[in-house]
Amino acid sequence: MSKTEEYVPNIIKAEEMDPKFKYEISKIHGAEKIMLCYQCGTCTADCPVSRFSDYYRPRKIARMVQLGLKDRILSDKDLWLCTTCYTCIDHCPQNVDIANIIRVLRNLSLKHTNSMPLVFKTLAGNLVKTGFVYVIPESRHKKRAQIGLPPLPKTKPEEIEKLFELTGFTKLLENMETFGKVE
Amino acid sequence: MVEEKTKYLLFLGCVIPYRLSSYEISARKVLTQLGVELVEMPEYNCCGFPMDPVNHDVMLTLAARNLCVAERENMNILTLCNGCFGTLYKVNKTLKEDKEERERVNKYLNEFDMAFKGTIEVKHLVYVLAEDVGFEKLKDVVKKPLTDLRVAQHGGCHIVRPKALIEKDDPENPRLLKELIELTGAKCLDYMDEAECCGNPIIGVNEAIPFQMAKEKLNHIKAVGAQALITVCPFCHMMFDMNQPRIERAFNEKFSLPVLHYPQLLGLAMGFSPEELALNELRVKPGELLNPIYR
Repeated sequence: MSKTEEYVPNIIKAEEMDPKFKYEISKIHGAEKIMLCYQCGTCTADCPVSRFSDYYRPRKIARMVQLGLKDRILSDKDLWLCTTCYTCIDHCPQNVDIANIIRVLRNLSLKHTNSMPLVFKTLAGNLVKTGFVYVIPESRHKKRAQIGLPPLPKTKPEEIEKLFELTGFTKLLENMETFGKVE
Repeated sequence: MVEEKTKYLLFLGCVIPYRLSSYEISARKVLTQLGVELVEMPEYNCCGFPMDPVNHDVMLTLAARNLCVAERENMNILTLCNGCFGTLYKVNKTLKEDKEERERVNKYLNEFDMAFKGTIEVKHLVYVLAEDVGFEKLKDVVKKPLTDLRVAQHGGCHIVRPKALIEKDDPENPRLLKELIELTGAKCLDYMDEAECCGNPIIGVNEAIPFQMAKEKLNHIKAVGAQALITVCPFCHMMFDMNQPRIERAFNEKFSLPVLHYPQLLGLAMGFSPEELALNELRVKPGELLNPIYR
């Protein structure tokens, strides 16, 4: 922060806080131990992303959940910066599984904001069409044959489509907005 | 439980057939020579990993569907990709141990007349080589030791972390890949923050951060004088090889560090030619690196 920039305190208003949010989160598989976080900051100190980001702080994410800042955290695009290296999980003295909590929050943010990063919508679209998250071009299939690699297996995209429907993912993706880069 | 240790279903995943056939070609070459039979995995789909951030249940069912196909074939799975390994290994373990999750996922799978039973194992290339083929046999097949070569390892995250779930190598000081490298005769150098992430998984939402992460690792690797980097994951490989020219431009620094898939390194020591191991497909050409080996 430059000296001329005025410090604006990040004030939390009482009405923003949903006291039940932490209990909702702790009921979800993978996020059960959110209340055990005592804010030591090991997750952030050892996070390779935090070292290169001015904003991304796993400790802060955990605190926002505990404080019940539901709308703030579920709308926070920083959630998408976790690389899932799981260093925070290995190093947490309280075994909080912070990367899994971030995954839970990402999942919830789709419904809460009706938006998701474009890349996941593209990958999901490819998956339901081809069974793979990338569309493998015909030229690749031909090249495989030329260099003596066995053909790729026949996939069953119709089963993926059904699976998307059964899990409610198809409905969730309807009219879902997307965003590109997260700075 | 399937105990077979010389025959596997090869789970290629998505990114290897899409753009990294060099990894597939070299892995097939060395594994076949080592007497590991690879069976093409039928009807598989994406492991599920890319969908976990947006829908955990989609990831679970995609992974479980793959596991059910392998159970039907009654064979263990071998993956070349860390992402596929981490996902399939963890889902396999979770569904074996957690009855509630298993019943929930089986409700979805029943729609395709499938049900998870928990009869197979999932292994990454590194673990098949270290645990099933074994170091004795590997040492036996080294015909041209790469004694002049000094390299560094980047094993990647998802074959070791989270530690409590994977329970294999030590994530703080990963040894297995290092030992696999050293049996080829090459020296595997220690470097700072060796076990740290390459950054690739978030490249679709932010390029600046993963580029800085990879650049810092490249700096640490060059600082100890490594002539090449050895990887066992297509995503890590793309980060350091395919993206290396872009990282060089972004930071105005030259690395010129060849990045080899481990089976390419092992294959060279076994006497395969660079062409047989698809070394020509690497973005950063290993030309000079190969000279001392073949002179």
